[in-house]
Amino acid sequence: MSTHAATAQPSYLVDTGTRKGLVAWLTTTDHKRIGLLYLYSMMTFFFVAVGIGFVMRLVQLTTFQKLITAQTYNALFTVHGVIMIFLFVVPGLPAIFGNFFLPILIGAKDVSFPRLNLASWYFFMAGAILAVLSLFTGGGAPDTGWTFYAPFSLKTGTNVSLAVFAAFILGFSSMLTGINFITTIHRLRAPGMQWFRMPLMCWALYSTAWIQLLATPILAITLALVILERFFGIGIFDPAKGGDPLLYQHLFWIYSHPAVYIMILPAMGAISEILPTFAKRPIFGYKAIAFSSMSIAGVGSLVWAHHMFTSGMSGTALMLFSLLTMIVAVPSAIKVFNWVSTLYKGSIDFQPPLLFALTFIFLFCIGGLTGVMQGALAINVHIHDTYFIVGHFHYVMFGGTGMALFAALLYWFPKMWGKMYSKKAIYLSWFPMFIGFNMLYFGMMILGMMGMPRRYYVHLPQFHTMHVITTVGSWFLILGLLMFFGALLYAIFKGEKAEDNPWGGVTLEWTIPSPPPLENFEEIPTITRGPYHFEQEGK
Amino acid sequence: MTGHVHRDDFGARLGMWLFLVTEMVLFGGLFIGYSYMRYRYPAEFHHGGSELNATLGIINTLVLLTSSLTVVLAIVAIQRSEKKRAMACLGATLILGLTFLVIKAFEWGAKFHHGLYPNSPHLATLPPGEQVFYGLYFTMTGLHGVHVIVGLAVLGVMLWWVATDRVRQDRYVHLENSGLYWHLVDVIWIFLLPLFYLAA
Repeated sequence: MSTHAATAQPSYLVDTGTRKGLVAWLTTTDHKRIGLLYLYSMMTFFFVAVGIGFVMRLVQLTTFQKLITAQTYNALFTVHGVIMIFLFVVPGLPAIFGNFFLPILIGAKDVSFPRLNLASWYFFMAGAILAVLSLFTGGGAPDTGWTFYAPFSLKTGTNVSLAVFAAFILGFSSMLTGINFITTIHRLRAPGMQWFRMPLMCWALYSTAWIQLLATPILAITLALVILERFFGIGIFDPAKGGDPLLYQHLFWIYSHPAVYIMILPAMGAISEILPTFAKRPIFGYKAIAFSSMSIAGVGSLVWAHHMFTSGMSGTALMLFSLLTMIVAVPSAIKVFNWVSTLYKGSIDFQPPLLFALTFIFLFCIGGLTGVMQGALAINVHIHDTYFIVGHFHYVMFGGTGMALFAALLYWFPKMWGKMYSKKAIYLSWFPMFIGFNMLYFGMMILGMMGMPRRYYVHLPQFHTMHVITTVGSWFLILGLLMFFGALLYAIFKGEKAEDNPWGGVTLEWTIPSPPPLENFEEIPTITRGPYHFEQEGK
Repeated sequence: MTGHVHRDDFGARLGMWLFLVTEMVLFGGLFIGYSYMRYRYPAEFHHGGSELNATLGIINTLVLLTSSLTVVLAIVAIQRSEKKRAMACLGATLILGLTFLVIKAFEWGAKFHHGLYPNSPHLATLPPGEQVFYGLYFTMTGLHGVHVIVGLAVLGVMLWWVATDRVRQDRYVHLENSGLYWHLVDVIWIFLLPLFYLAA
């Protein structure tokens, strides 16, 4: 680069190298551009999966069953799950906002391995393309559900091998991102940026990265075994050859339960950034939040078998896993109490990011508490594999991670694009989103309590009214989503220019121009205090 | 070119160690499967182990251990700026790695010859525990073999980089990291040897 001779660097959105336009973007090693590459690709997949969810709800209005067969329905819920989990929720916040903001938040120019970072995006896209290919090639779209349970996944004629291979590659991408973030946090903190001066988003990303590192390889080997089993019949999961399908379930959930924390921890990190800014107060209980992230990562790795309470395990194992499951609720609750305490006596500046952050807290509490309910053995047996699980899961993943992602997007939008969206349009989109969300997913929990099993193509007449209500809820929700992203897209192209610090935030990203310059900082800052010091501003 | 020239050898090594952690966990999943199955079928695993050729297994262990030594010698040579010696050591590593694969191929070939391979008609007549034993044997040694091949490819690139001075006395972290990877391949084999060959 020949730019550092000049007084000010150009914005990262301006092509400065010899490459221009799309080529410049596809060969970039700038963490900010890679973050946007992830954002654009993930949002595309997100809307595909939303569309599939929409169709799935229509199927439950029985009039549409002429159009969609039971087999297609099986494929729809599988693909909805695979796309949402592996292409959106798991990589979402770390890959988009972690990439964009982690180096800025710790005062670095980029991540430790910029080229590896770009490679991770290509792995991500390769996995995504294979996942999409698996729908249209071979024996048809996979119909196992996103969990690929053996022995059905070993026997079905549909295209499970390719879908599983896609998930394998996506896992690889996620792991490499994790390695990159851990190394970045260890090596590239600005002078004076001690561990306890890092913004909480960094702690969340750090714990997430460790789970990615320690859990994802287990998924990789499990999925590899499914492929080997399908091609060569090695027999490890096949009871006919002395194998054990329960071993599959254990291995799968040893990854996939910690993966839930991969999904929620960065969301909690983003919320911990947003609340102090709009309460104009330092976060309450900084260390408690930081350590609770690490303890969620730790304890969360020991609870996997609560997905298998009805699969057949010893009574001792059941009780242990039930107990551990309830213990995870403690660090999560610590966070919630600290967030609420941060707001207490703050001088609250009500803005769209805060609205979505509060929505996160509300929905996450419902999702979290219903999670504790299911951790109780006696209740679990009754609601296992019902719509209750589906409702709970969407409260945590969509109401939790999804809403936090929207909040983070609203919070950092002016920084990322240097434009401001219409706040009125965002508020307006919130109403259908919030009402639709609760109609849809609370309705599902009620259905589950009534006894509606998940993944069923048909339902008994007594469930019909609730199915209609949830389906109408899904329309409101999608309307809200369209309004929300419509407003943001409009703002990218036609929005007013944003100030460098529109919210009055005090972390490092608000000290640099919007959009950030190519190397983030003119000069690497020296840090002399903790991240949330509002005393100097205002009061 | 784009990007800033930023060099952090310690960071590069840290990243490599983290990657090795993921590799260990990857094999860890298989070791969990192995422990569980062995607990379930102790007699069959014992019998299966006695069918394997322990002599070849031990020879291969010696081959791999020696190859780890030659990688270390290559790094020492680079630190002393002895380019030719470094290339010779790397070449020796490549040859030893290939030897390992050849011996492995003979071993697998013999098993195939006896009709012992996944999904074979002969294997289907054996008790379930032995079927699982051979399933794990081929999976774990196979995955290890894949790692040997990857390691050889990486070391091959290193040989080329040493030859073209991209790896040299003041800049050898890539070679160090490749060496770390090769040691991991070695360490995993050290666990596979007793679990399969010496367990009889």
